[in-house]
Amino acid sequence: MIPRPIQIVALTTALLAGNARAELFAIRNAEVHTVAGAGTLKAATVLVRDGRIEAVGAEVAIPDGARQIDAAGRPLTPGIFVARSALGLKEIDGVEETNDVASAQKRYSAALDVSDALNPRSVLLPVNRIAGVTRAVTAPDSTKGGSLIAGQGAIISLAGARAADGRWIVKPQAAMFAALGEQGRELAGSRPAALAALREAFEEARSGGARMGSGLSGEAQLSPLDIAALQRVLKREMPLVLNAERASDIKAALKLADDYGLQLIISGGAEAHLVASELARRSVPVLLDPSRNLPAHFETLHVDRDAVAVLSRAGVRFAFIDASEFGSHNARNLRQLAGIAAGHGMDRDAALAAITLSPAQIFGLSSELGSIEVGKLADLVLWDGDPLEATSAATAVWIDGESMPMVSRQTLLRDRYLKRPLPR
Amino acid sequence: MTRPARTCLAALATVLLAACGGRDPAPTPAADPFPSTYRPPAASAVLIRGATVLTGIDTRLDDTDVLLADGRIAAIGKELAAGGSRVIEARGRYLTPGIIDVHSHLGVYPAPDVWATSDGNEATAPTTAEVWVEHSIWPQDPGFQTARAGGVTTLQVLPGSANLIGGRGVVIKNVPAATYQQMLFPGAKRSLKMACGENPKRVYGKNGGRSPATGMGNVAGYRAAFAKAASYRAKWDAYNKAGEGPPPDRDLALDTLADVLRGNILVQVHCYRADQMATMLDVAKEFGFRISAFHHAVEAYKIADLLADTQTCGALWADWWGFKLEAWDAINENIAIVDAARSDKGAGCAIVHSDDPDGIQRLNQEAAKAMAAGRRAGLTIPEEHAIGWLTANPAKALGILDKTGTLEVGKAADVVLWSGSPFSVYAHADQVWIDGALRLDRDHPNLQPDSDFMLGADVDAATTSDEATAGAAP
Repeated sequence: MIPRPIQIVALTTALLAGNARAELFAIRNAEVHTVAGAGTLKAATVLVRDGRIEAVGAEVAIPDGARQIDAAGRPLTPGIFVARSALGLKEIDGVEETNDVASAQKRYSAALDVSDALNPRSVLLPVNRIAGVTRAVTAPDSTKGGSLIAGQGAIISLAGARAADGRWIVKPQAAMFAALGEQGRELAGSRPAALAALREAFEEARSGGARMGSGLSGEAQLSPLDIAALQRVLKREMPLVLNAERASDIKAALKLADDYGLQLIISGGAEAHLVASELARRSVPVLLDPSRNLPAHFETLHVDRDAVAVLSRAGVRFAFIDASEFGSHNARNLRQLAGIAAGHGMDRDAALAAITLSPAQIFGLSSELGSIEVGKLADLVLWDGDPLEATSAATAVWIDGESMPMVSRQTLLRDRYLKRPLPR
Repeated sequence: MTRPARTCLAALATVLLAACGGRDPAPTPAADPFPSTYRPPAASAVLIRGATVLTGIDTRLDDTDVLLADGRIAAIGKELAAGGSRVIEARGRYLTPGIIDVHSHLGVYPAPDVWATSDGNEATAPTTAEVWVEHSIWPQDPGFQTARAGGVTTLQVLPGSANLIGGRGVVIKNVPAATYQQMLFPGAKRSLKMACGENPKRVYGKNGGRSPATGMGNVAGYRAAFAKAASYRAKWDAYNKAGEGPPPDRDLALDTLADVLRGNILVQVHCYRADQMATMLDVAKEFGFRISAFHHAVEAYKIADLLADTQTCGALWADWWGFKLEAWDAINENIAIVDAARSDKGAGCAIVHSDDPDGIQRLNQEAAKAMAAGRRAGLTIPEEHAIGWLTANPAKALGILDKTGTLEVGKAADVVLWSGSPFSVYAHADQVWIDGALRLDRDHPNLQPDSDFMLGADVDAATTSDEATAGAAP
């Protein structure tokens, strides 16, 4: 690759600035999965200038001076967008010092903002980036004794410390995260107690400074910063992501959102298919794991691999997440979950959309990300086979048009033991 | 319990042996008190015609017929005569041995995950060799059925890894049953579950304020247990040899460990780090037992030759990593490197395991990832080789390779017919036979009923939900 000037000039002041480095390149002869109206284009070219997609199609004229990359007919997709993770927020679950996922031991941590503490040099970022993950929602969560309202999540670029201008947190305060269902019950004492506690918090925020600090006390006290953050949720400046699995818990979440005019996103949604029409009527999207089929908890008793089909027919928007504890370290396996959904009858393009465009839409970034369309940021992945197949791998990854080195701590370990065998 | 002979065996034998007409010839204090009652149902012969057959012994037979009869693989070849058998046209589909998972907690950490059914770790003392995991198995775990749908015909259920010595594991056939005895794999040895590393020292040292609190405490714990077992075994062996005198005192924990030393119980060790595996191999050598497999073993690639030289299998994940520090050095090529070790002697024994009720449903996909990673690293791994990571190698680690794990004439008809290559994410197990009996058929999902737990869970959902309405739409 030709070395480029190190000096970077920002072309725009928007948060999603894109890559301001002046570069022009064309990926040609690719099978382009646009995840847009154009569908899949064979032998097509994607032209990228200054980090954005400038042209897409079979007949794109490649300007003089553009670097050319021959895709040899292989699939090119948008980068994978992880709709929920703790990337940058935790390194090793079992090493407490590196784990900042769980919030403090108070009822409300609405003021907590993960973007204050995210680590762009997390080893997890390159591991997932070289597998095609380019963006992720990174969210706080609650463990036993923690907060019912866990705090504010952010959207990050997997470029991490490599991001131009250090702008890897592409959207701080992207959403407020809170719990209902069994998790909410554990934190508040019972399901209705969790609902009541959420209502109390929003009532307090709605009444604003007038009653600030007077209504709730002790562990339930809301700080002025908590109230300010919840007011942004009330003003729909920030969506509320509620963990809810059981159909009745999802309905309770819908009622709460109705009562306070919240922009709601359901996370978990094991039984969302049982209330699909109500979700569709309110345009409430769902983050769900399409591979789940076991009643791992009583609240997921009706989990069903056909849920995706039911939600699709009803017109509910959904994005895929990994509901296991591996959604961060192995965010790269979201692709496999999409493949499993496709194996169970989901349209393959729709399955790809559920890990690219849909999360971008749900979190309000689809004008910039999620598909291969003119004007969007060039988050692109070239694959050596069907992008949903377990045997396929990414061979090249661009974030904001910047080519990512295909190196991670894991590839370095592999090379140390494969290529320079030590005595063993 | 009406037959006198049975009563004698079942009633803690040491005091009653003489009264029952003589000592058990086996050098153990007791015969198996929990015998298998598994009996495969009679099944008519089936001819699977024209499949791509991955035998599990490194061979791929294209367009080949396989005849299942009397619970066994009766014939493999071209254009076999159907005779009176039912014929299944399988052109374009793959036939493999049934998948064997050497590391499962189905039934002991079942779904739903609640206190009432959380029965996998007797985490009350660091060595609990006296417990048998089979006594925790809940046969109604819905996970058995979903695993069957993933082609799993045999699995080893193990105690968890809280303890240095967690107790006996057991090999079962993945068949619907009301009791675990109806699932016990006839003739399979039981196993001993041991654990290295962070879990025991966390559970006892960090959370319990007692030994082991360190890696060295862990090793002292194993050695103390086996030192006692060696002495116990010597006493019992002397007593059995003498054929007279009062029997030594009975100790259930030492019964198990003594049978490990005799080779009657196979050792399965949860161990992540290379250095800890090497230590465990030395402990095994000191007391004269073999380690059948290291489970999880994310650093197995660092000592792949040592594992091959000691004939120790690595039961591994394709890509799990990072949930604790001892899992930090995982690489995607681990399975392929363990497999390739000492390849001139065919010694590397790699196994894809799950340790997970979701992962067990897609062990084929996990093998696909490991195969692909190995190929990218320059290793030659055809599908017919990689299938052995799910079939022959786990059978070897469980000591049942003479009975199942490959498609060879005379072996048990534990067979999976896949809709396509099992190394595709889109493939499904279309049909699964266990001992020749059809146990899963995708075209007839009601062939096997749901677990009792799931029955009736959706009585109202089916009549009132959007699902019902949406499902009725054109």
